[in-house]
Amino acid sequence: MAVHAQPKLDARKLRGDFPILEQQIHGKPLAYLDSAVSAQKPRQVLDALRDFYETSYGNVHRGVYTLSERATEGYEGARQKIATFVNAPSPREIVFTRNATESINLVAYAWGLPTLGAGDLVVVTELEHHSNFVPWQYIAKRTGAGFRTIRLTDAGELDLDCLEEIATEGQVKVVAANYVSNALGTVNPVERLSAWAHEQGAIMVVDAAQAAPHRRVDVQALGCDFLAFSAHKMCGPTSVGALWGRHELLAKMEPFNLGGHMIRSVGLEDTTWGDVPAKFEAGTQPIAEAVGFGAAVDYLEEVGLEAIEQHEHELVAYALERMAEVPGITQYGPLPENRAGIVSFNLDGVHPHDVSQILDYEGVAIRAGHHCCQPLMKRLGVAATNRASFYLYTIPEEIDRLVDGLHKARKVFG
Amino acid sequence: MNEFDQMYREVILDHYRNPRGHGAMDDPDAEAEGMNPLCGDEVTIFVSLAEDGETIDDVKFSGRGCAISQAATSMLTEMVKGRSAIDVATLPKEELLEEIGIPLTPIRLKCALLGLGVLKVALHRAKGTPLPEEWAGLDDEFQVR
Repeated sequence: MAVHAQPKLDARKLRGDFPILEQQIHGKPLAYLDSAVSAQKPRQVLDALRDFYETSYGNVHRGVYTLSERATEGYEGARQKIATFVNAPSPREIVFTRNATESINLVAYAWGLPTLGAGDLVVVTELEHHSNFVPWQYIAKRTGAGFRTIRLTDAGELDLDCLEEIATEGQVKVVAANYVSNALGTVNPVERLSAWAHEQGAIMVVDAAQAAPHRRVDVQALGCDFLAFSAHKMCGPTSVGALWGRHELLAKMEPFNLGGHMIRSVGLEDTTWGDVPAKFEAGTQPIAEAVGFGAAVDYLEEVGLEAIEQHEHELVAYALERMAEVPGITQYGPLPENRAGIVSFNLDGVHPHDVSQILDYEGVAIRAGHHCCQPLMKRLGVAATNRASFYLYTIPEEIDRLVDGLHKARKVFG
Repeated sequence: MNEFDQMYREVILDHYRNPRGHGAMDDPDAEAEGMNPLCGDEVTIFVSLAEDGETIDDVKFSGRGCAISQAATSMLTEMVKGRSAIDVATLPKEELLEEIGIPLTPIRLKCALLGLGVLKVALHRAKGTPLPEEWAGLDDEFQVR
């Protein structure tokens, strides 16, 4: 891949691609600051979905007619785009799933269940989204393996000093961590964790749901074994995601879902499995959504991942600075240098639900709650936080409106 | 009045800032604790009954949460004092919602009804009667202890 300086992105211009941003909420222009939970969709993706349904839709594989061939081309073409997007050595290593959650469950069940046992350790982090925490906790219990968490520093970063101690407590078999924290925006040292996991003879599973939309993700550079992400956070449709896995691991794994398409041959007594990735894609897949996923990847590449990362870095630095002006605010998470476009905070004396309700009346959409990170909330000693998150279409004026709304919330509850 | 002023009208803010019946009770006749897992709102309710064993003599609550959940519970304590336990145990939620008097989205409705739900569970438990059908499953939903 050629390395070249990318021009800064023009968020104001890009906003024109997102029809949903044209509306007013409670009489105010919509400021959508909740992209970490799901991103809005550009016309290019919506058009790709419509165009596919109007001209090329049919079920994929095995159909011996033109439409099925076109649909297969679209579906497999999307797989190729996604493989290139994460620098996978082969498109066969990309499995389409429903979302990052299903990708992680696939690994936990199809790799973890038959592999783990007493004396083994499953290691996750205190910073995990429930999607990369609960499946591992469950599979560890089912198999009798131990379950350990990498603790956090007060700055909201992983405390890697505890790794040595963890390694003495059993045979580490799997390390599962997110690349970017959905709750704090922390960018985690995945390369280091991968290297440590491999030293222990473990595999490294990366939840890249919050990374893939916002920065260049390169599975070979990260050195991981599995990587999960969702289309809907990357300007793509809901109900489709991907799992990248090393071929030699995927090839040895048992299937996850069973049924049509994933077989080689079915007999009255026995069934044999198809090749990777078909082995993991039972039943009719989200075909049009996968095509939309491909279009979303095209869109992000066109804008430029490096430009997106830089834009969000500027926004988060601006937001942290502006929000610090609000009296009674507590901000959580690391310095802007080590953080993606996510800010988590609380306002003294105002419950997050009231903050987000008041902001909604100002047309500003943020999230309030535990962000599917109850272990982290416990670590922070709070029941919930407010979270604003940014994307390629976010402009500084929206952060100004967020800050104005916070002042208003203070006034109402003052 | 716009929607904002309706939702955060002065009476709600007043109950939130100065909750009525806030506190705990030694040796209550009925007690339950619940939470709204969605937003972490928590409410514990204590009830003491008059000598007739039927009339609600006093209600106290403690907890933390959003303005709607805490204000609604505060209003509830004023509403139910002096009424019969059975009457309150079967109180339609509309009566409390009318008193709160603000438009509520489905997600905020749960905040508003947390206190009433916990109070109902407390009273039915103390009386050994089942929850009315409309509220069945409530103890699970609010994780009432």
